[in-house]
Amino acid sequence: MNAMTPSRRGLLATAAGFGLTVQFLGVPALAADADLARRKVVVIICRGGMDGLSVAPPVGDPDYQALRGELALKDALPLDGTFALHPQLTAAHALAKAGEARIAPAIATPDRARSHFEAQDVLESGAAGVYSVSSGWLNRAVEVLQARRKTDAISIGPTAPLILRGKVQTASWSPGRTVDAEARLPTLLADLYRDDPLLGPALARGLATETMAKDVAAMTAQPVSMTGPPGAAGFTGATPMQAQLVRGAAQQGREASRVLGTSLAGFMREPGGPTVAAISLDGFDSHANQAGLIATRLAALDAVIDGLHQGLGPEWKNTVVLVATEFGRTARVNGTAGTDHGTASTALVLGGALKPAGIVGDWPTLKASALFENRDVAPTLDMRGLFKGVLAEHMALDKAALEQVVFPQSAAVRPVAGLV
Amino acid sequence: MALADRKMLAAIAATRFGLGAKPGEIEATGRDPKAFLKSQIRPTGADLPASGTVSTGQRMEAFRDYQRERRELRAEKAADVRPAAPSTGDPAQANMAEADARRARNRDPVQQIGNILRQDIGEDFTARAQLASTTDAAFRERWAMFWANHFTVSATKAITGTVVGPFEAEAIRPHVFGRFVDLLGAAETHPAMLTYLDQIQSIGPHSQAAEFLRRPGRGAGFGLQPAVQRSAGLNENLAREIMELHTVGVNGGYSQADVTEFARAMTGLSIGGPRDGNYGTPIFRPQAHEPGARMIMGVSYAPAGKEQTAEILSDLAAKPATARFICTKIARHFVADDPPPALVARLQAAWTGSGGELAKVAEALIDAPEAWDPRPEKFKTPYEYLVSSFRAAGGAPTAFQQIGPILTALGQKPFSAPSPKGWPEDAQSWAAPDAIIKRMQFAQSFSQNVVRDRDPRALAADALGERLGAETAKAIARAESRPEGFALLLMSPEFQRR
Repeated sequence: MNAMTPSRRGLLATAAGFGLTVQFLGVPALAADADLARRKVVVIICRGGMDGLSVAPPVGDPDYQALRGELALKDALPLDGTFALHPQLTAAHALAKAGEARIAPAIATPDRARSHFEAQDVLESGAAGVYSVSSGWLNRAVEVLQARRKTDAISIGPTAPLILRGKVQTASWSPGRTVDAEARLPTLLADLYRDDPLLGPALARGLATETMAKDVAAMTAQPVSMTGPPGAAGFTGATPMQAQLVRGAAQQGREASRVLGTSLAGFMREPGGPTVAAISLDGFDSHANQAGLIATRLAALDAVIDGLHQGLGPEWKNTVVLVATEFGRTARVNGTAGTDHGTASTALVLGGALKPAGIVGDWPTLKASALFENRDVAPTLDMRGLFKGVLAEHMALDKAALEQVVFPQSAAVRPVAGLV
Repeated sequence: MALADRKMLAAIAATRFGLGAKPGEIEATGRDPKAFLKSQIRPTGADLPASGTVSTGQRMEAFRDYQRERRELRAEKAADVRPAAPSTGDPAQANMAEADARRARNRDPVQQIGNILRQDIGEDFTARAQLASTTDAAFRERWAMFWANHFTVSATKAITGTVVGPFEAEAIRPHVFGRFVDLLGAAETHPAMLTYLDQIQSIGPHSQAAEFLRRPGRGAGFGLQPAVQRSAGLNENLAREIMELHTVGVNGGYSQADVTEFARAMTGLSIGGPRDGNYGTPIFRPQAHEPGARMIMGVSYAPAGKEQTAEILSDLAAKPATARFICTKIARHFVADDPPPALVARLQAAWTGSGGELAKVAEALIDAPEAWDPRPEKFKTPYEYLVSSFRAAGGAPTAFQQIGPILTALGQKPFSAPSPKGWPEDAQSWAAPDAIIKRMQFAQSFSQNVVRDRDPRALAADALGERLGAETAKAIARAESRPEGFALLLMSPEFQRR
């Protein structure tokens, strides 16, 4: 079925008739509406300051071994002459080998305070500095997209991350018993909330997601409704103290993480389902004895990615997944076999929509003279450049929207080109 | 004061300053709601939950035993490579083998200690929720919860998780109406904080301990974890969070150099190890302390061992930025996500004028007209929502299972704040669509269990007083059953807020 509308055809014909270049019209004019409407973007936020040198260790960098000492990874999965991936990132590595995953090894937000909370605010608000914007950049991107076509967004987890907060009411979901939207209490509450600007839209959106969750469960025969919240260590607000005391927690965590990935994929494959999503993993703050901690967290991240990849099936080719953290960590190991708050870290870009290529951005190296403030991996790429590149090329957002609405005061930050 | 005004003030006292009204509480507030609240301020601090008298040291010792047993068991298992008896395919034999395995698991000391620890932690949390659900001095309890969240320690780190309850009882509750500097000192040097923010392993790079550890083949002793013996040095986690989260705030005028200097000053703050004979209690290890003077935020601190940290904390506590940062947080907690500047200024004046007397700050809050705005601006956190639901029903949780799983599903897992910043306070964090659905599910099943033969209209009047709106009252009156009426109360816009 060709869903391209007559008006779009008309526009293209008119444009051609006036001799306008394709360049002028940009990507939106090239791609059919139906194709654009299928495109999906998922942002995975890794909270706590994820150690980039553990995600994608530069094993070929001559200073890596000496700087990292006991934390230097010996069994990392090779990517190229310089970089490898952490041994737990097996799914991501397979995707990289297939040209469907790339790393940005020296990326940072514009914030330099080394505060988790300030840096997360900047990462998620998309602002040039802290405290200037109170909504999330992904929410504002959805706002722009909605002006063109129906676009929905969803966050996974019991609390809404800043990146998806804002004018547009987005969905949120976490595993649990499903609710019948037609039951009496929801109907009565919808009435009671009709003038409530906070609860009214939230309930309506929650009930719509519940209805969709039932479809997803029926379609994929997956345990979307579990008897309780996931036993996964590392999900925001769901880090069980018990799990850390129980053997086998790692496998449970991995399985629960995979279910989150496949469930999200299920929502995104629904007809009219969300095309924009955010998911947040926490627990990356690794000040002491970090090797085991990082391995557990990266295993969970890899399982989410794998769940998404498997769950999206044929839709994977329309998808870009971004994995980002608020800052990286010190290049050197601290006094307690961990690392303290640093600056640049590694971001991952994955998806069937990607063009195969090498690393994103430049590698500043780990030479002592190259370290930021003689301490951290130096940033060579502004995080907003990567986000803007994905939104421009994949979601067809124009320059004006990107610079004025989604990432204010970012005119000087060039979008990364050639991603999709 | 007109009667209607007094009734509204009484309802605000119980719902905004307190933890939600119990049946009869709004009436009991009496003629003067402000005096009712002020009478809850007392120099001895907040109440202690009734969860026994287990100290931090005892809990940490139990955790150490658990870890040791677990290590030994793993080592035994690794050594025990005997092949299993060949299977005959007989189902009866398989069943017996399974039963044997189950019995072995039940005898497994690691499992047993793990279970006991888990049970202890659950009991601590349940006792706290019981206190919150039943206390007549609910403002005092809310005030204590504010400070526990300000000085967050979290079970996201296993060893810390065993002592969150003792931390609150030992370091927070006794000091919440005293001087801020005393509360700060008690919180930062408590083993829960020292483990949570990695201070116990931080060693001065030029200390005797570091030099000893650098010698080849050395490193045993000092009560350190094996992994740490390979590398010895600074960890700046606690230093940074004290400045950023507990005192002056992120814009408080400190630099990376100040953080590192503060971390150097705090080296030596640790807890007793297996060889110290006082496992899990705070001690100062002079041999791990970085020698020398420190320069922090423009002030020089002479070498003074552990007193150096005390002096720095005292100076941080006295900074105007600290008063501003924390008074803003208090106003945000009690009144609005975006608090009125006039209220912040009042609290700050009380703080500065009294040299950080928290009782004076609490009184200033009660006296502030901005704090009595009848509009309910604050959306309840899941814990507040749960506690106020029990209070509205006139009950209290009797088992961890009644509160733990639902709080986890709502995003506020017991004792497990996601970061040192603590639980968020704003409506945007807690009012996501998924959270509203899960609150509704809770309200439904809770109501079915607790309402019995009581009239939900009376329960609503008791819970909200003058704050009960006409729409909600009408919906409750029209409910088709008592549980439905009570569920509507718990989900009403005015009950979800305070």
